[in-house]
Amino acid sequence: MSVSRRDFMAMGAAATAGAAIAPGIRLIELAQAKSPEEAVTAAQRWGLLIDTNKCNKGCTSCVDACHTENGIDHEQLKGSDATKPQWIRKVEVKDPNTGYEHSLPVMCQHCQEPPCVDVCPTGASFKRADGIVLVDRHICIGCRYCMMACPYKARSFEHEDITGQKEYAPRGKGTVESCTMCVHKVDRGDGTTACAEACAKEGHNAILFGDLNDPKSEIAQTVRSKATRRIREDLNLDNSVRYIGI
Amino acid sequence: MKKAIHFRMIEGNSLGFVALLAVLGAIIAAGLGATYYMEHNGHWVTGMTNKVIWGTPHVFAVFLIVAASGALNVASIASAFNRVAYKPMARLSALLAITLLVGGLAVLVLDLGRPDRLIVAMTYYNFKSIFAWNIYLYTGFMAIVGIYIWVMMDNSVRQFYKAAGIAAFIWRLALTTGTGSIFGFLVARQAYDAAIMAPMFIIMSFSFGLAIFLLVLMCSMKWTGRPIGDRILNRLKNLQGVFVAAVLYFAVAYHLTNLYATEHHGIERFILLDGGIYTQLFWIGQILIGGIIPLLLLFTPLSRSRGVIALAAVLVILGGLAQMYVIIIGGQAYPLVMFPGMEVSSSFLDGAIAEYSPSLPEVLLGLGGVAIALAATTFALKVLPFLPASLADADVDPHYKEETAEASAEAA
Amino acid sequence: MLRKSQKFASLLVLLAAVGLATSSIASGHGDEKHDNSRVPLPKHSITKGDKCVEPTEVMRKSHMEFILHHRDKTVHQGIRTKQHSLKNCVNCHADPETKSVLGKDGFCESCHTYAAVSIDCFSCHTDKANASKQTMRPIDAIGQKVIAITGGEK
Repeated sequence: MSVSRRDFMAMGAAATAGAAIAPGIRLIELAQAKSPEEAVTAAQRWGLLIDTNKCNKGCTSCVDACHTENGIDHEQLKGSDATKPQWIRKVEVKDPNTGYEHSLPVMCQHCQEPPCVDVCPTGASFKRADGIVLVDRHICIGCRYCMMACPYKARSFEHEDITGQKEYAPRGKGTVESCTMCVHKVDRGDGTTACAEACAKEGHNAILFGDLNDPKSEIAQTVRSKATRRIREDLNLDNSVRYIGI
Repeated sequence: MKKAIHFRMIEGNSLGFVALLAVLGAIIAAGLGATYYMEHNGHWVTGMTNKVIWGTPHVFAVFLIVAASGALNVASIASAFNRVAYKPMARLSALLAITLLVGGLAVLVLDLGRPDRLIVAMTYYNFKSIFAWNIYLYTGFMAIVGIYIWVMMDNSVRQFYKAAGIAAFIWRLALTTGTGSIFGFLVARQAYDAAIMAPMFIIMSFSFGLAIFLLVLMCSMKWTGRPIGDRILNRLKNLQGVFVAAVLYFAVAYHLTNLYATEHHGIERFILLDGGIYTQLFWIGQILIGGIIPLLLLFTPLSRSRGVIALAAVLVILGGLAQMYVIIIGGQAYPLVMFPGMEVSSSFLDGAIAEYSPSLPEVLLGLGGVAIALAATTFALKVLPFLPASLADADVDPHYKEETAEASAEAA
Repeated sequence: MLRKSQKFASLLVLLAAVGLATSSIASGHGDEKHDNSRVPLPKHSITKGDKCVEPTEVMRKSHMEFILHHRDKTVHQGIRTKQHSLKNCVNCHADPETKSVLGKDGFCESCHTYAAVSIDCFSCHTDKANASKQTMRPIDAIGQKVIAITGGEK
């Protein structure tokens, strides 16, 4: 392992700035963030908790933020809505018996027993040690069996050529992709995802990101004290995305 | 004592032979052109979407793969079950098993998002994936049937005939179980996730495979001026009738089971009542054209006409394609049930029936796979002795006593 | 977690890739001696830094090996060191004019065209240096004024 001089200076500068501005906060962040050369481990289990009571019908901030963050540009694409990538979508749910309506975002549920990983012939669909389910697009052959297997319609096949990708979110024609739980942000130690950030910015705070394995984290404390549910619990896939109010 | 069976290559220099290969070649070229168009532009130019993920190419591919294992029936009856009368047809049966599988796999591979990464599919394996098993089942099938053909053609390895025949029969059951399980193992979708998929696909393979075999046999014998006896054809058509009835039975069992469970009422209502094209394809295509009419044609005096037998085989194939379409595309068009009992809507067709119409490139690719299978068969008949010189009753169908004598001699 | 079969497979692919690459580089060296070769030598300008992350000879021969190894560690284990990352390659080697490693005189494309080896990286990865900073909106009127006043400095 070697750190370039520039990296070292930058790290030093950041550490000094952090210490000077808000030592307490910085310490917590340092405790969470892993260094770039460290492999992820099962010590963490990243998850999302979505409170549908706080989610506004008609608000698509999380979807927009996801698209901006990951370089998804529906305008650029030629296909129909059904062929464009849908990493996260807003679903409106109505109980026909009572008339009760609510709105919620649905993305990859990052199952710990993911059907997409089971069916993938090459192992391109995989679950990282910290629970994030990803597609290794270097070995994805575009067979789409994972999309057949996903109970949440969370995966999209890239139907056409793409340009203008972000350097941290490579995407291309002929392979399958889905929500990465902003893995580049997680690895950087941002401690949040684009959707959660955007939701908070709107003042809704309906999406909470965190480490389910860390008993002190807000998400772990909330799921311990409140009733939360997973979509299609009957399948018993142990999703890392939980909901309140469904 | 019965005469030895003679096999003869077809001459393959007539105008008809060349014309047949030319037509098939043109369809293959169109299929490859369609592939290039699809892969160059991306799949958005087809009817397939993120909702209807597998389209017409998969209907053809799965049909051909299923039919491939079924085409081996006749050979299995001869070797694994000692029916001597079927022996003269065993080579053609095994040949079709390989060529149909090649055609089906070609379609499957050419529809991949990254067909250029075929090498990845062969070097990276996830052994929990039924797809990964199938890669072995398919390649293994070709190898085993290849050996089977070898022991049938080469007298010096004759002692392995029975063993090869049984191995091929067991392997083809595993293969179709694997193909059916591609759908049977999908827990997410209402239309799949059923153990009956595997045996249903096996029985479908019996029927579709035999129908294709019958047509290829009748055409190739007729076009090369070789006789087929009434008795042998009668056996084949009765067998076909039994298989058609069995496919109907499995369809009934599958839908009855689903109808009993409230959670499946949505998908059943969609397929059986108000699914539009899928309902029509189910009742008119699968049940009427692919089931009831062939049964009537095969089990009434009408079947004394060879034209009627051939027509029944054609209808079984059309009905089979309709059945595949209903299973594969109908099963995807019906929305995923994420919130049972709720009304859902979204910008991504949640709770709505997905639209799909086959695009020309998809159909051309599928037909290209059929053409690959037929062209390979035609060519093989010219270069190796697959086709018997005669299937006249006197040549192949000894009366009962002789048959048992032959069978015991065989076993010894 | 890399399965055994995967490791073996990547090894095979690697061997093939290295074999191909070395043979093409070897033939490339052969050509260099003939100035009147019909295939023009690739030319590209490197402006940043005084040396690469490995000696030039090593990089010429084995850059794909480094990238492949790093790619698996990054994707599957979240190891995001800079040294052998594709992002780092692109950021350093992008042409100062086009900001890209592709194009006729682009660092990657010019040499790969010369060696007749296709690159599969950039159908998914961006070929632009610091892409996320470059895909911002075009500078509007207010932005122009700010740049005029500050001289483009932050």
